[in-house]
Amino acid sequence: MTENERAARQKKISHAIMWVVLLVLFICFIFPFIMVVINVFKTKADIVKNPLALVGAHGFTLSNFPEAMKKMKFWTVFGNSLIITSCATVLTILVSSMTSFVIVRNGNWKFCTFIFSLMIASMVIPFQVLMVPLVSVYGGILNVLNHRLTLILMHVGFSVSMAVFMFHGAIKTNIPVALEEAATIDGCTRWQTWWKVVFPLLKPTIATVGIINAMAYWNDYLLPSLVLTKKNLYTIPIATQAFYGTYSTDIGLVMAALLLAMLPILILYVFLQRYIVEGVASGAVKG
Amino acid sequence: MKQNTTSYKLKQYLMFAGPGTILFLAVVIVPFVYGLYLTLTSWDGTSLSKPFVGFENFANAFKDTTYWQAMGRTMIYSIFAVVFINIVAFALAYLVTSGVKGQNFFRAGFFVPNLIGGIVLGYIWQFVFNRAFVAIGNAISSGTTVSLLSTPNGAMFCLILVSVWQYAGYMMLIYVAGFMSVSKDVQEAAMIDGCTPSQAMKNVTIPLMRSSFVQCIFLSITRCFVVYDVNLSLTKGEPFGSSVMAAMHVYNQAFTYKNYGLGQAEAVILFLVCAIVGVTQVMVGKRGEVEA
Repeated sequence: MTENERAARQKKISHAIMWVVLLVLFICFIFPFIMVVINVFKTKADIVKNPLALVGAHGFTLSNFPEAMKKMKFWTVFGNSLIITSCATVLTILVSSMTSFVIVRNGNWKFCTFIFSLMIASMVIPFQVLMVPLVSVYGGILNVLNHRLTLILMHVGFSVSMAVFMFHGAIKTNIPVALEEAATIDGCTRWQTWWKVVFPLLKPTIATVGIINAMAYWNDYLLPSLVLTKKNLYTIPIATQAFYGTYSTDIGLVMAALLLAMLPILILYVFLQRYIVEGVASGAVKG
Repeated sequence: MKQNTTSYKLKQYLMFAGPGTILFLAVVIVPFVYGLYLTLTSWDGTSLSKPFVGFENFANAFKDTTYWQAMGRTMIYSIFAVVFINIVAFALAYLVTSGVKGQNFFRAGFFVPNLIGGIVLGYIWQFVFNRAFVAIGNAISSGTTVSLLSTPNGAMFCLILVSVWQYAGYMMLIYVAGFMSVSKDVQEAAMIDGCTPSQAMKNVTIPLMRSSFVQCIFLSITRCFVVYDVNLSLTKGEPFGSSVMAAMHVYNQAFTYKNYGLGQAEAVILFLVCAIVGVTQVMVGKRGEVEA
């Protein structure tokens, strides 16, 4: 055996070992999900008896789904989550990209640098510091809680600083001022320059900001639970929590509710997996 | 020139940045400032009057032993969670960038826990700990197994395990980006100079990835310090309040016991501790950064 052959063989063996290690880790990682999936098709008695069995003694059943859906008002809360997440994501993208456009192009204006520094500094404030005054101002003084719009605008307000930071970097490094000057000479107003020239060039950052925020909004629990206290306004995480509080002993229904809560985002992930992983990675590295 | 007057610039600013700035000020800055004022009052959450009490809330916060117990618990939890999150994430990143078959599939798979909110994850794991692991325990040992969640130390262990599982995939992506940024040339040069693969990793690759470490550790510290969702759904602070983390204590103090001023003061202390630890870590980490 030549030196090269030996090296190639060694590489093959080490790759095989690594592959096996990865597979074992992967199974450990998805084990909780497997547990949910195999138990969701069992009756309560079968789950209690043996949660590890693939099929229960009473056989395969779908009855957990319709009951859980009815009890957690799945379509209502799904609709709420969908409306809130999509509106808040679109608004975040529009509002923060426009904000950073002005801030970048007025870089030497003290007022803009002040607002920008304020936003950067505010990113270290955890939500726990803001929750009490938030409830006291918007609940006690202004009395605007329990509206979807309030939650949407709050979501946007909390994400603005991070999103502005990301758009700021993108506009500063990727959009030459000469391009805007050319548009102005061709007769564009500032507004048209923004919509027709700059905004379309920000697509990669728009995707990143959109994905990160949409996931955060969809999964957020604490803020929505403080803002929305009426049952018909619940989002999926709050509904799951409320459902668990009431039916925690009805384990079959719980399994169905948990699966239903995960399913929308998992289905989306199957199709948009590449974009989501890339978007989150580039967002994480910039943040 | 019309374009340089302050009123023109202000008009432009309001047209483009008005909504963003107003929302930002309304939900972040105003509550933050108002929150600082609340720490000086003893408001019960419902009455119109907010009696001014000076720094009494901070004095009470320092005397609140359950708060400092929760804080200490949060520290212990954070240390273990941060260390293991980063070890697991780094190992995963190494494995999924080594060029084995299906590495993109694995990368996507390890990321899955991040797609799902902490509330749902906590309930899933509660089922796994209370039912599945107990069933496994009963199958392999003769006695009856009790759930890990029913003992104080076990509950802490469960919280750490779930946090590691939840965040490792996310931090893995940052480490993957770090691995990608270290060029193959320097690694090969090190090998030609006589390094073994593990020496090349220790002396070349890891020092060059220092910024990834700084970032991952910062992110995991700031997340672990204010852990709430998983804490609520997995243990709910049980057994006997032995797994109440600082963020949950703050929530209970304000919204359950209606001590808004005290709760807010404790939240501010939590924020300061978290900020000091995070910033120190970044400063220490950045100091030793090297370039190829």
